[in-house]
Parts: sequence; structure tokens; C-alpha cells
Amino acid sequence: MMSNPASGEPIDDLKLEEAETPDELLALWEAEGPAPSGGIANLVACMVTGALGVTGMVLSWNLGLGSLVDPGPGFFPFAVALIAAVLSAAQIFLGRRGGDGEKFTSYSTMVVWGVLSLAIFVALLPLIGFEIPSLLLSFVWMKFLGGETWRSATIYSLLVVAAFYAIFVAALRTQIPHLF
Amino acid sequence: MDFFAPVIDGFGTVLEPGNLLYCFIGVLVGMLVGVLPGLGPSATLAILLPLTFGLEPVTAIIMLAGIFYGAQYGGTITSVLLRLPGEASSVVTVFDGYQMAKQGRAGTALGVAAIGSFIGGTAAIIGLTFLAPLIASFALDFGPPEYAALALLGVTLVATISSGNKIKALIAAALGVFLAMVGRDVFTGTERFTFGNLSLGDGIDFVIVAMGLFGVGEILYNLEERHRASAPPKKVAHVWPTKNDLRRSSGAIGRGSVLGFLLGILPGGGATISSMAAYGVEKKIAKEPSRFGKGAIEGVAGPESANNAAATSSFIPLLSLGIPANATMAMMFGALLIQGITPGPLLVSDEPELFWGVVNSMYIGNILLLIMAIPLIGVFVKVLSVRPAILAPITVLITLIGAYTVKNSVFDLVLLVVFGLIGYLMKKTGFEPGPLVLAFVLAEMLESNVRRSLLLFEGHLAEVFTRPITVSLLALLVVVVVLPMVKTLLDRAKSTPVSKEEKGLHV
Repeated sequence: MMSNPASGEPIDDLKLEEAETPDELLALWEAEGPAPSGGIANLVACMVTGALGVTGMVLSWNLGLGSLVDPGPGFFPFAVALIAAVLSAAQIFLGRRGGDGEKFTSYSTMVVWGVLSLAIFVALLPLIGFEIPSLLLSFVWMKFLGGETWRSATIYSLLVVAAFYAIFVAALRTQIPHLF
Repeated sequence: MDFFAPVIDGFGTVLEPGNLLYCFIGVLVGMLVGVLPGLGPSATLAILLPLTFGLEPVTAIIMLAGIFYGAQYGGTITSVLLRLPGEASSVVTVFDGYQMAKQGRAGTALGVAAIGSFIGGTAAIIGLTFLAPLIASFALDFGPPEYAALALLGVTLVATISSGNKIKALIAAALGVFLAMVGRDVFTGTERFTFGNLSLGDGIDFVIVAMGLFGVGEILYNLEERHRASAPPKKVAHVWPTKNDLRRSSGAIGRGSVLGFLLGILPGGGATISSMAAYGVEKKIAKEPSRFGKGAIEGVAGPESANNAAATSSFIPLLSLGIPANATMAMMFGALLIQGITPGPLLVSDEPELFWGVVNSMYIGNILLLIMAIPLIGVFVKVLSVRPAILAPITVLITLIGAYTVKNSVFDLVLLVVFGLIGYLMKKTGFEPGPLVLAFVLAEMLESNVRRSLLLFEGHLAEVFTRPITVSLLALLVVVVVLPMVKTLLDRAKSTPVSKEEKGLHV
């Protein structure tokens, strides 16, 4: 916690202590926080939500809109998909300078690995139970995503899996698939 | 005395030893997960929701109340010790709380926060006890058009009052409503957007959406954020406030409680607005305003009483009208639905035992919080000193296994990971997950009442004008949606950079 896992540099504790007033603190948070994402991120994000809206409209249309007197199953979804599409189009224009959200950084790749490890966990769970996937997931998150040492990652992963087995299998008797 | 009979009966149920035990466990795990940096009350509720399944409804609610209060207080602990507010409503606590911690008075700050939270929360529950049945009896005459307008107002208010980009919040809300349409249409029985997938026939489970967006989404986001500088937790000593501390805070606690209660009834950021207002009030009436921001105890006592009072009074619209006022209430709404309890005006008249069970469990949750918070502060400091690299896989595994046990379905886990990724991407691109989850919860009510209204009006939309309550609600809606949009347009025209004040806050 006291060192930057990526670079190993000690954290600038001095900077943290400097902020005295609420205003300084807010300014510091702003400086510490990631840069807002730009216009391209806004464009891509709103094109995705806009496309979802348009797809939703087409699918709803196919379900049948009915009439105002007798609305069909597609009536309401069509209306909300239309709202999503129109607002997305508006936001593409209004947000063209960016300013919302956060830039993706080199640290964002950690999330890719995180999601991948979750997907592998879900794929393996029904096949070999939760023990081995949990062990792998803990180890990967501790060692490669968390910067723990080989030793502590191994020990803590084993402890975590043992504790989960005790809680979810032995004590609570949940239906979670397990090997042993 | 007729009014009090069910209230007293309700206490009998809540005070059964088994129920008290579950409330105790709820407060404990709520605080334990709530103190994990980055996990605010909504995320904590989402992750712990599966714990309450399989319990009797009343017991489950009691446990939920415990988790709710524990999670709220968890955010306070991180504000004071780590300068990391768990959610927007504890941001102002950081100003003086962290300064107090730097001066070695962290214990006092946390102690006063616990006392203030207890008084604010309890005052709000007393208000709720009298006000909620009144509003509910008024709402009994509501028909489909009123409900449709109310649900629409609920969705748009939360979307527009939220921090961040309003249009993006509305887009998220619209997509949330659409997601809830997946599954069988209740009116015609038609399968909608299931693409022939049997698992989607009954729709997407609220729990999975919430656990994915709030739980997994936050955990993934924290994976990326973790490298950022964070101060080590401050040492905690002298938890019991001195007489002088209490004397200084008592006024602030009283004012904060009233302010919080009143502002909390409003939909949207009730707790956030009220904590900021309370801080402002304290600073304004203080003899030496310069002490604020440098460790003034009133700066912790006022906002903490206010945000807990507001968090509690936001149960009023939920329990009397069936409208969740914010993302955390959306979680409570979903949790109650799962227990077969539909919050709304009929609850108090049709199922008084459940209604008063919910209300009374809040009294107990609050008392247990006070009793446990102060002695357990040391334990939470220990939790905070565990490295995030070790805590992260534990929380993600709890979420995965918890989500699996909801229906023993691997498909749900696939959805969970997908929604987790969506939640992360939403945060990165400036879409808040809160409005999506809230809209998802309200969608069924919104759609069925719109369709019923159309049938009722036989297609003549002008009939709306014969219903004064609906018209007033819709007028309010126009004011709420149109005004912020105009403001946004004006702001953009001036091309001022977007404020990042609310950055770094978590759901």
C-alpha cells in the first residue's frame, strides 16, 4: 500500500499531507484523479448506446407496436429505445469536446486480465468445481494484478480457498460445484 | 391507540433472539464490506444480497436493515481514516474528519459520527413511522396514470439530480428500462428479446444486474485505480468523545438530523445534498468559521447526522409510494421484491406485520450500529490495513459464489461478468450505473401502468388532463428534465470545462 506496485517507488506522502483546506483537498483530488476522456471516447460510447437504441427499436418494431388504444408488446420498448437513440445522438453532438468519464491508461490493461480471469473461472466452474478456479483466480489477482510476492500470493490464495470451502461447502452447504 | 398496536407487535417480532442475531450479523458484515475502499453502500448491498435469500421475509429485512446501516457507516470510517469517501454523501466528512485523524483524534471523529448517525437515523425513523402511513393512505387513490407519472418522475429525477452528465444518466436510465423488458411480456405472454434463450425467458434477474454493475464493476474499476497514492490508515485512540466534544457536537447533531430528514424525502441525491447543507449551516453559524477544514468536530457531527437521517427518510417514498429515491434505495427495493414484498401504498394496510417489521428493524439496526461501531473500530482499522491486492480476489470470489447461489445458474454468472464489464466501461465513459439499476427496478411498474393508462383512456391522451395529480407530477417532470437540459446547453455554450469535483467517488 505504501509503494507503487507498478514502479515500486515510494508514494509521495508529503503531497497527501499538504492539503489542508477543503478547497485544497478538492483540488488535490482533481489533480490525482485520471484525466477526463476526450471527444473520441464520447463519440464511441454514444455510438454504442445509439446503436443499442436503434437495434432495440428494430427488434421492438418486429414484436408489433399495436396502437395507442391497444399497445402491443413492442410499444413500450420501442419508446424507450427511441429515447436512448435520440439522447445518444444529442450527446454525440453536445459532448464532442469530451470532458466526462476518464481516459483509459496503461493500468486499464489490468482490467482486461481481470475480466479474462473471471471468464475462465465461470467457464471452469461447472466442469471442475470451484476450488481450482478460485485458487487460480486468487493467485493471478494477487501476484500479477496486485504485485504480491510469489510466497505471499501462494499462501494467501491457499488460505482463501480453504476458508471459502469451509464457509460455502462445509458450513452453509450451498450448491456450488466442488471437487472434494 | 389503534395506530400503535401493530407498531408494538412489530417490535415483538424484531426482538426475537434469532432476528436480533441476523441483524447483528448484518451490521457486522455490512461494516466489514463497507469499509473496503471503493465499495460504497450500493455495492456492499449488491455483494451481500444473496446472504438474505432463504431466510424468512421478516428476518431477511431485518438483516438487510443491518447491512444497510453497517454499509453506510463503513463509508464514514474510510472517510476519516483514509480520506476516501465511500460515497458522495460522506465527502464532507473527509474535510474535518481526516484533519481530526491527523491530529490523533480519529477515534473521537468516528465516535461522534456514530452517535450523530444514531440520533439522525432514529429521529428520521420516528418521522417515518408517522409520515409513511399518511402518505400511503393518500396514495391509495392513485390509479395507473398516477403511478406511471410517479415512476417516470422517479427515474428521471434520479438521472438528472445525479452528479455527472445528465444526458448520459438519462441514456443509462432508458437502457435500464429496456433491459428489464427482456423476457415474457406480462400482458400478452410474448417472449421479448430472448433470442430463443430459455434462461432469458423469465427476464434478467435484478440481483445479477446490480451485483454486476455495482459489485464486479466497482471491483474491476478499483483494480485499475489501486496504484494511486493512498495514505496509510491513521491510528485510532480515544474513541469515546469527551464531554466537551459532545457539548460542541450536540447542536450540530440536532440541526443535521432535522435538515437531513427534510432533504432526504426528496428524490435524487438526498443524503449528499443534506450532508453538504449541514456542513454549510455549521460553518455559517459557527463563532469561528476558520476552524472548519482544520478538524472542527461539528464538521463531522452535522453532516454525519444529516446523511444518516436522509438515508433513512429516503425510505419514506419507497415504503409509501413504492418509488426508490436513489441507487441504494433501488437496491433495497429489489431486495424487498425478492422477499415477495412489494413496497408501496398497499403494504401498510395489507401487510402491516411486514411494513412495521421493516420500520422496526431499522430502529434495531441503528441501535446495534451504535453499540457495535465504537468497540469494533479497532477491527476495521485492521481490515483497512490488509493490502487491497489480497482483499480484491476475496470480494470478487464472494460476489461470484454469491451470485451463483441465487439460482445455481452458470448462465447468471456469465451475465454477472458481462454486467461487471459494462459497469466498468460505464464508469470510464461517464455513464453512471446508478440510474440504470434504478430504472431497471422501476421498469415493470412504469410499463404496466403506462399500458393500463392507455387502455383506461382508450387512446385519448388528452384524458390525462382530467387527473390533477398526474398533471402536477408530469408538470414537475417537465421542470426537472427541461431545466437541467437548458442549463447543460448554456454551460456547454460557455464551454467551461466540466467540474471534476465529484471524481473519485464510488457508488
